[in-house]
Amino acid sequence: MEKKWEEMSPAERQEAQLQKWLSPKDPEGKDLKFQSPQAEKAFKERATRLKDALQMKKPDRVPVFTIYGFYPALYAGFTPREVMYDYDKSNTAWTKYVLDFAPDGHIGPWVPGPGKVFDILDYKLYSWPGHGVAPQYGYQCNEGEYMKADEYDAFIDDPSNFYSNIYLPRIFGALQAFTAPHIADVLEMYGGGLNFIPYGVPPVQAAYKALLEAGSEALKYIGVAGAYYTQLAAAGFPGFWLVPAKAPFDMIGDTMRGTKGIMTDMYRQPDKLIQAMERMAPIVIKNAVTGAKGGGVPIVVIVMHKGADGFLSDEQYKKFYWPTFRKLLAGLINGGCVPFCFAEGGYNTRLEIIRDAPKGNIIWWFDRTDMAKAKKILGDVACIGGNVPPELLSVGTPQQVKDYVKKLIDTCAKGGGYILGNGTVMEQAKPENLHAMIDTAKEYGVYK
Amino acid sequence: MAKDLVSALADLKEKEALKIVEDRLNAKEDPLKILDDARHAMEIVGKRFADSEYFIPDLVYSGEILKAITEMVKPKLTKTAETKRLGKVVFGTVAGDIHDIGKNIVVFMLDVNGFEVYDLGVDVPAQKFIDKIKESGAPVVGLSGFLTLAYDSMKQTVDAMKAAGLRDKVKVMIGGGQITEEVRKYTGADAHGKDAMAGVTLAKKWIGAG
Repeated sequence: MEKKWEEMSPAERQEAQLQKWLSPKDPEGKDLKFQSPQAEKAFKERATRLKDALQMKKPDRVPVFTIYGFYPALYAGFTPREVMYDYDKSNTAWTKYVLDFAPDGHIGPWVPGPGKVFDILDYKLYSWPGHGVAPQYGYQCNEGEYMKADEYDAFIDDPSNFYSNIYLPRIFGALQAFTAPHIADVLEMYGGGLNFIPYGVPPVQAAYKALLEAGSEALKYIGVAGAYYTQLAAAGFPGFWLVPAKAPFDMIGDTMRGTKGIMTDMYRQPDKLIQAMERMAPIVIKNAVTGAKGGGVPIVVIVMHKGADGFLSDEQYKKFYWPTFRKLLAGLINGGCVPFCFAEGGYNTRLEIIRDAPKGNIIWWFDRTDMAKAKKILGDVACIGGNVPPELLSVGTPQQVKDYVKKLIDTCAKGGGYILGNGTVMEQAKPENLHAMIDTAKEYGVYK
Repeated sequence: MAKDLVSALADLKEKEALKIVEDRLNAKEDPLKILDDARHAMEIVGKRFADSEYFIPDLVYSGEILKAITEMVKPKLTKTAETKRLGKVVFGTVAGDIHDIGKNIVVFMLDVNGFEVYDLGVDVPAQKFIDKIKESGAPVVGLSGFLTLAYDSMKQTVDAMKAAGLRDKVKVMIGGGQITEEVRKYTGADAHGKDAMAGVTLAKKWIGAG
């Protein structure tokens, strides 16, 4: 009999979730019908290759995974703006990318959509193609203090209320009315009906109307994106990234207090900052574990920003970044997820620290980190990958790419536990360079 | 006394530094002397950053303390500070890119190191750089960019300088998270700097103040 989830060890949970990922379902929950026996075989081969690598085993060859933002749109001849608003175009572009380049794992069209939701809700946190940035470019964050320096207590006391009544009204113009009092907490008395008065006022009603519209639009998009996953799985291509999570330090530093805010808080109110991150960690874990279970892909991508080399001293990293990040990793692993830690920038000075990550399968994906050093320090505890630089893919030649990839494989592939791929979210690349990267890995990366 | 403010600010002791400034202002000391000490302290901060003793949070925090000091001192200033400037630098984040944190740090470090910086902001079109170079006569230009799209914008900006006949009159430095020597070659810039102090060193070298 199958072991109950509660009785499983974290390693068993990861294995169980990966097994589920190897046997995809259709939207009705039945076993997926593959296009052909070859497609089924290809799906299993690709997924097993990635699974072996992330479990520190030696696959048949080095698996390839690419990370991208709007690149598939540009490659297919669309602007980012177009794929954000025309959902069929996003499906077409993202599918074309996978079929043409055939990486072992792929990313769903989560970057492009749905754009209309941002218009409906008057999104302030990011500028997006055709809205604050040119239609041919990607998202850019509008950094600010969306949480004020004196609001840590409000967050720590009641994160849920903080998000709904303070944070959301700031990042979504259409939800400004949520700052008004909501449903009151005294409902056990008769006469409680009057507590609903706030919902009668026009601005609050307008905010709810916007939410309903945004919800409908999101549902439309999930239909398109879901079809994308099913079609590609049926054609033999497993999705690899699905659910995102973030380190508590980055959540507060990127989009709540802002870079300047969090960095001054490290000096002016370090205890509050740490307390807030402690409060945040379990929330992030719960969201990601629930999402990964529901989505059938256990890989949880954590895009890491402010812990990079130079951003913090090692002492600051150990004090502020690592403790709650480590908790996040432990929570994800315990929930059967495989953290895919995407360390943007350099992570050279952190390698010894992150070696002490909780036990379990983790993928460390590097951008500007010295890969020989990474292999040496992490090679026996975690899967590593990434590092093919964006400038090589966008302004280099196929031969240069080929040479680089061979060198990377020579450095990192030994013994398994390695995935080849690019190190930065790809927004531009010469297609011939991308082919050179992927094809070289497939030919040169065979384990003998 | 003077030394105290220098070390308090350089050691990032905010309360102590502000208290010293308050006491010195109450003692009717020449506010320019206070600012001079603050500038000296910021040089130490910059040096510690270059030596990897300080990191970005420390730099950012030193800027916050300096801002507080300047705000306290400003109302007492009877004459404007006649600080000698090393030279002019035109700076901005290139077209299409709206990131400003890296740029602001470099501009700040250039400023406290004695340069007169014309900060054009973010998403700056090539023409705006050209206009400012012509108007100011600045011999150094800094192009910042966080995204890979900046490769092309930087190249276009450098090309525009060529087309305007300005290329041999200015030295161009580029910087940002995804900027490497390969990118420098591609854009046609003169140098790339890996951090704020590298930018200061380049500017000093080019302006002959190094």
